[in-house]
Amino acid sequence: MTRATSLLYLDGVSVAFDGFKALNELSLTVAPGEMRAIIGPNGAGKTTMMDVITGKTRPDSGEVFFNGAIDLTGEDEASIAELGIGRKFQKPTVFESHTVWDNLELALKAPRGPFATLFHVITGGEKTRINQLLDLIRLGDKRSELAANLSHGQKQWLEIGMLLAQDPKLLLVDEPAAGMTDAETAETAELLKDIAKDHSVVVVEHDMVFVRALGVKVTVLHEGSVLAEGSLDHVSANERVVEVYLGR
Amino acid sequence: MMSSFLFRAMDARAGVFLAIMAAVIILVPACNLFVPEESPFHVPTYAVTLMGKYLTYALLALAVDLVWGYCGILSLGHAAFFALGGYAMGMYLMRQIGTRGVYGDPILPDFMVFLNWQDLPWYWYGFDMFWFAALMVLLVPGLLAFIFGWFAFRSRVTGVYLSIITQALTYALLLAFFRNDMGFGGNNGLTDFKDILGFDIQADTTRAGLFAASGLALVLCFLICRSITRSKLGKVLVAVRDAESRTRFLGYRVEHYKLFVWTLSAMMAGIAGALYVPQVGIINPGEFAPANSIEVVIWVAVGGRGTLVGAVLGAVLVNFAKTWFTAALPDIWLFALGGLFVFVTLFLPKGIVGTVSDGWTALRQRRISSDFGEGSGDPPAQPPQSPAAQANVPEPVPATSRAGAVHPQPAE
Ligand SMILES: Nc1ncnc2c1ncn2[C@@H]1O[C@H](COP(=O)(O)OP(=O)(O)OP(=O)(O)O)[C@@H](O)[C@H]1O
Ligand SMILES: [Mg+2]
Repeated sequence: MTRATSLLYLDGVSVAFDGFKALNELSLTVAPGEMRAIIGPNGAGKTTMMDVITGKTRPDSGEVFFNGAIDLTGEDEASIAELGIGRKFQKPTVFESHTVWDNLELALKAPRGPFATLFHVITGGEKTRINQLLDLIRLGDKRSELAANLSHGQKQWLEIGMLLAQDPKLLLVDEPAAGMTDAETAETAELLKDIAKDHSVVVVEHDMVFVRALGVKVTVLHEGSVLAEGSLDHVSANERVVEVYLGR
Repeated sequence: MMSSFLFRAMDARAGVFLAIMAAVIILVPACNLFVPEESPFHVPTYAVTLMGKYLTYALLALAVDLVWGYCGILSLGHAAFFALGGYAMGMYLMRQIGTRGVYGDPILPDFMVFLNWQDLPWYWYGFDMFWFAALMVLLVPGLLAFIFGWFAFRSRVTGVYLSIITQALTYALLLAFFRNDMGFGGNNGLTDFKDILGFDIQADTTRAGLFAASGLALVLCFLICRSITRSKLGKVLVAVRDAESRTRFLGYRVEHYKLFVWTLSAMMAGIAGALYVPQVGIINPGEFAPANSIEVVIWVAVGGRGTLVGAVLGAVLVNFAKTWFTAALPDIWLFALGGLFVFVTLFLPKGIVGTVSDGWTALRQRRISSDFGEGSGDPPAQPPQSPAAQANVPEPVPATSRAGAVHPQPAE
């Protein structure tokens, strides 16, 4: 696929930390509407890749384009979020001293400037949307609870809800099933498949059962570059993939 | 609903605060001016002035609480903004002296005549007019804070590094204002004021008026702070405090939010300083001393950060204690203050107001749930428009943190 028709386009991206290459000539393309799973051993550079896309880390070299035309390497976190890229962190990060409801209200797509928020009055439409999201992430009865009081799995779900509230074009989801029970993991896979119907999604996950449940194209990262790409069965058959997974 | 229940409690808190402030603003001056001196209800003028001073400290503490308690910016330099507001007011008061100074120069303040200066420096122009000085009280601290914040927040200086450069800022100003050729009276500062807006600055009525003005300024700034902290902007501030980088990834430009509250807070500190100077009768570079800014933070910590009311309470209580100690046991005061800070940090991390309101909430919760247990009343925490009980709520894994353990959590 060419850059022009892609939603997300990384070409030859390298990032080094004190000489250690976390990303090494990484190239990856995600099509509009696609859901992609990214797997790879610890330290493969999966989170660093998300850091580069969302403006947290500047690449040393390489190109990062969104929507075919927007160069992300020149933008900061806030403007990349405004462009329509939302992110869920590996370690669930919600606003602990806010209620579940307030977490969603803060994430909801709306003008982001200080004066807009100072005079903001929540509209009926926004309330409806928050209620929908609460139903979707099954936290309806926890809406007034402080986010700090949620279980680990519930925080993960709240963060996914916040991601949806932003209404991004592309969701970057880092290990959504970490720390979840098997039942929760299965439900999270269902939720993401649901979300993928009208969003583009990039999911990083270690849990193979989870990745299989998603049933989408898989990219295997290793030492900062792509090792294999294709269906899960296809990449599992790859000797190098088996080696890096068993060899760690 | 939990949050509206909390809001109502906070409304009650604000109501209590406003009622107390109204009573104080009316009763203290009245008991000074209209109650005869023999009466046990008479408030002597020195006490009016002392309490007026506390109120300006309370306003300074409020300003610090807005940035520290809500946005997590630990300023150790707010006394600089306070002092700058004070100097702006002091310059106005100096120019009101006119020919009544020792040297009788109609234009030049005494210290300039003493230094053999021939002309008024340009930056003293306009300070003979009250409106101009009042404007400068807001603009000078505001502008300095804006410029400082613009660089610091854009470069993402946070935490302890930011605190250190705020200390450096106030220390640099301390050194600058000590210099005679700065034109602010050097070591001695500005003093020997005669009148303000045409009223004798020593008169009981003027003192009572300044007290009331300090009270009103505190109330006004309290209301501004509250309407900010309860708006969506206030929620963003708390989000920044708890998880700054998460807030950025939601699309909020964190530096703009910080700059907004930081500048506003500096202006409030400036107002506090401007009301302080006519009541104590002097402003000198000592007000820039780094220790002063640290003391303010202690007041806020004692009262309870992030509560606004706590900042006011802390400022008044600690300064009352300070007045008492420095008269009775002057050598002990600094140890007492240090001990208080350690005690509060270890045993009352939420300060007085935070601890009391937590206890109150817990008590209310228990009462409500026991009511509910007896079958009277509706379920307590049932939110409106709540969908019917969810069939397939994921079984929660054991909570990793509970209510008490709300602490800032950096985004990865
Ligand atoms: N800020 C940083 N400074 C130094 N080294 C870093 C930094 N961020 C990441 N690294 C290193 O870069 C490598 C890639 O890290 P990254 O977090 O991207 O891996 P990952 O694929 O997400 O792994 P995991 O599955 O453990 O989450 C690791 O070796 C890590 O130690
Ligand atoms: Mg990772």
